[in-house]
Amino acid sequence: MKLEDFRGRQADSAASEEELREALEREFQVIGRRLRRTDGMSKSTGRTLYADDITLPGMLHAKILRSPHAHALIKSIDASAALELRGVHAVVTGADMPVPYGIIPWTRDEYPLCVDKVRYIGDGVAAVAAIDEDTANRALDSIEVEYEVLPHFLDPEEALERSDTPIHEPHKPGQNGNISKKVHLEFEDVEKGLADSDVVIEGEYYFEGTTHTPIEPHCAIGYFDPSGKLTVWSATQVPHYLHRELARVLELDVAKVRVIQPPVGGAFGGKSEPFDLEFCVAKLAMITARPVKILYTREEVFYAHRGRHPMLMHYKTGADRHGRIKAVDATTIIDGGAYSSFGLVTTYYSGQLITAPYQMESYRFDSTRVYTNKPCCGPKRGHGSVQPRFAIEVQLDKIAEALDIDPIELRRRNFIGTNTRTINELRITSNGFLQCLEEVERASAWKSKHRKLDYGRGVGVAGSCYISGTNYPIYPNDMPQSAVQLQVDRSGRVAVFAGASEIGQGSDSMLAYIVAEELGVPLDYIRILSADTDLTPVDLGAYSSRVTFMCGNACIDAARKIKKLVCEAVAEAWNCKAKSIMLAGGWAFKAEDTAQKMPISEAFNLAEAKFGALGATGSYNTPKDIHGTYRGGTIGSSPAFSFTAHVAEVDVDPETGFVEIHKIWIAHDCGRALNPLLVEGQMEGSVYMGAAEAIMEEHIFKETGLHNAPSLLDYKIPTSLDTPEMQSIIVESIDPEGPYGAKEAGEGPLHPSIPAIACAIYDAVGVRLDRLPFSPPRVWAAIRERGRQEEAGELSPWKSPPISVPLPATGD
Amino acid sequence: MIEALRLTVNGDTQEIGVPSHYTLLEALRYVLGYTGSKQGCDKGDCGACTVLLDGQPALSCILPVQEAIDREVTTVEGLAGPDGPHPLQDAFDLTGAAQCGFCTPGILMSAASLLQRNQSPSNHEIREALSGNLCRCTGYTKIFDAVEIAARALRENRPAAEVVRA
Repeated sequence: MKLEDFRGRQADSAASEEELREALEREFQVIGRRLRRTDGMSKSTGRTLYADDITLPGMLHAKILRSPHAHALIKSIDASAALELRGVHAVVTGADMPVPYGIIPWTRDEYPLCVDKVRYIGDGVAAVAAIDEDTANRALDSIEVEYEVLPHFLDPEEALERSDTPIHEPHKPGQNGNISKKVHLEFEDVEKGLADSDVVIEGEYYFEGTTHTPIEPHCAIGYFDPSGKLTVWSATQVPHYLHRELARVLELDVAKVRVIQPPVGGAFGGKSEPFDLEFCVAKLAMITARPVKILYTREEVFYAHRGRHPMLMHYKTGADRHGRIKAVDATTIIDGGAYSSFGLVTTYYSGQLITAPYQMESYRFDSTRVYTNKPCCGPKRGHGSVQPRFAIEVQLDKIAEALDIDPIELRRRNFIGTNTRTINELRITSNGFLQCLEEVERASAWKSKHRKLDYGRGVGVAGSCYISGTNYPIYPNDMPQSAVQLQVDRSGRVAVFAGASEIGQGSDSMLAYIVAEELGVPLDYIRILSADTDLTPVDLGAYSSRVTFMCGNACIDAARKIKKLVCEAVAEAWNCKAKSIMLAGGWAFKAEDTAQKMPISEAFNLAEAKFGALGATGSYNTPKDIHGTYRGGTIGSSPAFSFTAHVAEVDVDPETGFVEIHKIWIAHDCGRALNPLLVEGQMEGSVYMGAAEAIMEEHIFKETGLHNAPSLLDYKIPTSLDTPEMQSIIVESIDPEGPYGAKEAGEGPLHPSIPAIACAIYDAVGVRLDRLPFSPPRVWAAIRERGRQEEAGELSPWKSPPISVPLPATGD
Repeated sequence: MIEALRLTVNGDTQEIGVPSHYTLLEALRYVLGYTGSKQGCDKGDCGACTVLLDGQPALSCILPVQEAIDREVTTVEGLAGPDGPHPLQDAFDLTGAAQCGFCTPGILMSAASLLQRNQSPSNHEIREALSGNLCRCTGYTKIFDAVEIAARALRENRPAAEVVRA
């Protein structure tokens, strides 16, 4: 078959002449359309291979022995009996990998397995590789560990006081080893701002921790080949950081370590740093010369945790009589759990990220992250800022009520604007927050509902902002944050090599849409090869809502380099100007005359003949002059911010305290929606997760430090019956620096969930729930307390009908 | 102890040797190589392991493999045939109902069973039928859409893509 025959077949399935003329009228051909994902059919037919679906010849299975004590010294470990068991191939302990690791280079305080001390129930102590999981589990039972138990602290305020029993050794003598990080920043004069305010609201808010609960448990496989090269497959969000940490901890040449990230079955921040299992499979593979797999049990996923930090937040907020914010004064105690994780960043984020979308005349925050003897907290969707967002938005609701201003109007009056700086000097460019407010106000029929619905039903509003990536990488360097390499085949097939991590959010699809848009190839001509450190250029990972913005821009950069060559080659063949050539619908064609066209593969062949093998790299790095000019001013800085508004409508049963979320309206400014279908999916997934944190989820512990309920039966995440109705409204403030104007959609939409529901509960029954979650006993107790105050004449009845809550029988 | 037994999975009957304490999920994933059904929780809480047993949804991660002897097991791999994907699979793809995709195989089996019983399920009936399957990505909304579209496609005997366009 000659080349021309292939092209004939391609031409038959490419766009028609009429479609090409229509294409000329549109700004985009692919971007903005509700398209299928590139991996959707593979996932829907069960063909996608996740980490645990991979089996290698001769593979061993390993299990990790975990500490039964919340805080103890390891006096000795005897694994001799385990090693004698038939089918056991190797045992490793902390002594085999005594190099500390951590996602933040300044706070490396974890070991692959504990070296001399355990810090929570579930901390890893030893690992066994055996022919199967059953044998490995039996071997764990025969490992003898002698502990010297220490006092343990579950309450951060207690840990703060007990510096005599440090969970970690202090960095310097005299420091409190139980303080993980402390940040104090003040912008303008807060005391003066408060003194000048017409109303000052003071409140204390408590966020109980929650966890990510991806349905896929963590899983990793290690393979050490005889030539000395290590390969680790892992369900991770950060293959690049894992690559570096594996080499560092195992003392290998980083060029001889390969990390492959198969599609991840959900992560939400819970897989965004190295974990014990990745080091253990690698070390055990090196010792045994066999592939080794570890699959966490669901219980172990709860111990690995890195979930949302519990925070105790004290807020004082002042406003003038028009509702304009004069001062915000925040003091926050953060329960970090046993290790640092991203805690340095979390501590900053707890204060840095609430300074938009509202203007503040003065702002101060004091945040202290404290170690406790519980599983380590970390980044969960909306890292560090979901908790303070709850506090600040409820504070605004209280101010609105005190001043008798509609809470949406109050937010409008404080709108920070576009192309501006926040009080802590974060650069804001595009900002669609006002439109977000308008959309939810209209869609929810807010004006006819707020304070007007019958007793028991209410509406609440809240707003928020979130970063589209962090402006600075985790380890300081000047190289690009993201890069993409494209390779074009003579058939027209385009391969995209990208370090970006597909964790369900659609990053592979996003890259395919961009290539299809730029090069005019059909979507099914595009192959995405992502997140393999041997094959793909570096992307820093799927965290901080950075992938669309950064990898998307890198992909445009690469694709446009190829587009330029192709257009030049075609123009030469047609003896016209390159800018007349368009690539769309499977064709290269002339804009002035759509009848003059050739199949895109022919155009690629012309370019290859003229320029040589057709490929390109593209990269993206952040602007370096947009952060705050003070120490810490780089943290929170982002090339763009997304904005969100919610209205929640709830029913509260005063007799049971049960809150039913009737509906949530969400408007989210994601810049340009590259695929609105996927943006809606991110919005709905975020909002349902936030709503569950408001009324259901609670990551709590028994007095011993044992997790209260490390199972999916007892840790309640919403089923299909619990999920509220949601209406997503996409707002597109085209961002000047985002890919086609896009910003993030994966995390921002979660933020207003909790405060909007809190304010809706207040509107429904007149009680403020400042402590999460809003579980029936708490709501019921608050309603009862209000009833008492009403009876005592301290408060007037809420809405029309008087509250008659049956008092429980007493005295029996 | 290794036990020899005969399983019928997606229409094929095979004799296999499995450790006698194996669950059906372990036999499917680790002996037969049907990795479509997922292990999410180890104890019947999440539904990712859902398969059909004689057409009824069953949690294969808590089902002793012996329970499947002489019964028809259908996994997600058995939903698509030579004629292409099941309308549910096409509808899931069209609506973005699979994000990470890990719960998808189990949800598809629960939904397929529902559509066998009821070709015009209400939103509440869909919610009921899927209430044993946890999804952490989507907030379920697009999944409900997908099941409704697939139901219409089956009723009207036309592709899911046409139903979406209509």
